[in-house]
Amino acid sequence: MAWTRKDLLTMRDLEPAEITLLIDTAASLQEIATREIKKVPALRGKTIVNLFYEPSTRTRTSFEIAGKWLSADVINFSASGSSASKGESMLDTAKNIAAMSPDVVVVRHSSAGAAELLARELRCSIVNAGDGAHEHPTQALLDLLTIRERKGHFEGLHVAIVGDIAHSRVARSNIHAMRKLGMTVTVAGPPTLIPPFVQELGVKVAYRLEDAIRDVDVIMMLRLQHERMSAGLIPSLREYSRYWGLTLDRLKAHARSDVLIMHPGPVNRGIELSPEVADGPYSVILDQVTKGVAVRMGVLFLLAGARGESA
Amino acid sequence: MSLLIRGGRVVDPVNGVDGVADVLIELGKVARVGPSLPAPQGAEVVDATGKVVCPGFIDVHVHLREPGYEYKETIATGTRAAAAGGFTAVCCMANTSPVNDNGSITEYILDRARTEGSGVRVYPIGAVTRGLRGEELAELAELAEAGCVAFSDDGRCVMNAALYRRAMEYTLPFGTPVISHAEDHHLARGAAMNEGVVSTELGLPGQPAAAEEVMVARDIVLAELTGAHVHLAHLSTAGAVRLVRDAKARGIRVTAEVTPHHLVLTEEAVRGYDPNTKMNPPLRTKRDVEALIEALADGTIDCIATDHAPHALSEKEGEYDHAAFGVVGLETAVAVLLDRLVRPGLLTLPTLVSRLTCDPARLLKLPGGSLTPGATADVTILDLDRELAVDPTRFHSRSRNTPFTGWQLRGGPWMTIVNGRKVSPA
Repeated sequence: MAWTRKDLLTMRDLEPAEITLLIDTAASLQEIATREIKKVPALRGKTIVNLFYEPSTRTRTSFEIAGKWLSADVINFSASGSSASKGESMLDTAKNIAAMSPDVVVVRHSSAGAAELLARELRCSIVNAGDGAHEHPTQALLDLLTIRERKGHFEGLHVAIVGDIAHSRVARSNIHAMRKLGMTVTVAGPPTLIPPFVQELGVKVAYRLEDAIRDVDVIMMLRLQHERMSAGLIPSLREYSRYWGLTLDRLKAHARSDVLIMHPGPVNRGIELSPEVADGPYSVILDQVTKGVAVRMGVLFLLAGARGESA
Repeated sequence: MSLLIRGGRVVDPVNGVDGVADVLIELGKVARVGPSLPAPQGAEVVDATGKVVCPGFIDVHVHLREPGYEYKETIATGTRAAAAGGFTAVCCMANTSPVNDNGSITEYILDRARTEGSGVRVYPIGAVTRGLRGEELAELAELAEAGCVAFSDDGRCVMNAALYRRAMEYTLPFGTPVISHAEDHHLARGAAMNEGVVSTELGLPGQPAAAEEVMVARDIVLAELTGAHVHLAHLSTAGAVRLVRDAKARGIRVTAEVTPHHLVLTEEAVRGYDPNTKMNPPLRTKRDVEALIEALADGTIDCIATDHAPHALSEKEGEYDHAAFGVVGLETAVAVLLDRLVRPGLLTLPTLVSRLTCDPARLLKLPGGSLTPGATADVTILDLDRELAVDPTRFHSRSRNTPFTGWQLRGGPWMTIVNGRKVSPA
């Protein structure tokens, strides 16, 4: 299996074998993090631009570290303090950046479809680092790598994704990827945060936290954005955390003892996750962040490195 | 000056005509329709053998963008697009800048149409509320006197039901309908497409069919209350069709239109995030499309209108959720309808012609719509065998925002005649 795509835009488009290749490649690069000298020459002479139109700490840093450990030149372009604040369109900005011949542009944007738009217009490789509520493929890949290391396999695992499914690109990427790899997915949250016809993506739906977390192998909690209240989707944070916050008591009462607790971050402590759970023995949240660097090394390597060599 | 259109298949639904005949035009009026008419001295003869000769097509819903948005379209380019597309008359919506909410703007539009237009008739539609703000009535009597044929805040819905009721009552004596852009602002807030499984997958905010249906229901109730004629613009859902069908059965004065794009495209077209698939109301589901076609065939939907909505490339090339709503339609409508509805047998040719001629003329009490001797000589001639791929670079419109780029279509307009004078081909 060789990587043949110019871009990484969605999990929906990928074949299961491609997903496995991405995870395997990431797994093989993990040990770089443990070295004294954290640098390999794989992408020396390659240029990677991080084009971030939304604030992001973890994802941008993760891509930057990944690129640097592979010896690529990494340039960060964030929307504030750039031409974006002077009213230049995203497409214009991207075309200008492309004119400087980068090998990979990593894009984060609040508009669904933004990465596909750039992929269509630009010749360089595009990595979708999150486009609106659409997809966030590298997050799904790091979640999968984390799960595989802990559970040893994917087939037959049952995952509950809990919270604001409607606005979550993490949920969408994970739903597509997990279904392709033979996992069962239950999404759960108040009905106003469950997108319409989500069952047609092949998932189950639960409207009580207790029902969602029973007998699952993995619980993935999503961040609740505060603006969901002003949009009239939930009455209050207080009520949300009362019914949808994962506490140690609830976990012990309803979940299996070997369950993994995941969260794409940043965590609203005390809202969707109590601190004891976030920091507790079930939690693999920081491990996800560690895996994130490996996954992004793998993605950048396959897009900028392997593709260039075979061409 | 006379014009003899010889040997075409004449389709004139009002008069129940569908057969080969000649059409003689004299002094801007239809003089005679019949077999083998002799050409008067000096008459220009058009050989329409193998073509279809119809009353001039009328589009009751276009945006000509002038005054104020001349970078998108002008009355000159918009009426040239209409002529090329087979339309002999268009009704232009009030959301210009300034808004067509007083008589002087109406007069300006009519004056520009006279001096700059292609010859295609232009009938302005006045705003219901001042500045389209939905707060106070526009000067409706003055607008009617200046020549507005209907009233609409199209592009926005008059959310205040009390104000809308008063608009219906106030305009009753004019004999003009109010045209509803039926869309509940709260249910549709932030939406870029239809709410459904596709919006869920694409991560785009969707508006439910209910956003339209709630307002269609309200406007039917208000039509019943006031006795006014309410015309519903661009129907897009099966539920709205059901409401209209039921209201008509109960004798309420409600009529409706549908656009070509809502008849042939579904939300599936949004995959790929092409902003030329973004319009309001949004593309819906296959089930909705089927209901719309059925309703058009059985007369529940009275007419076809393009909702021709030109936008500059810069407004339609970027992020999907930031792109402007709307697509152009004047130059693709007839070809799309002939190829995708008539050719597969979903709609008969006479029914299509009816929905583009006598039906819209009846709704807005416009001249034309028939080839009755004495009627104004507006004629659209079709070539059912012409094959063309849609090429936006050849549009007469100033804008190119069509979802049909590259579609290979069979059949289309061949000649457009207004007032006895050829306006296309120019």
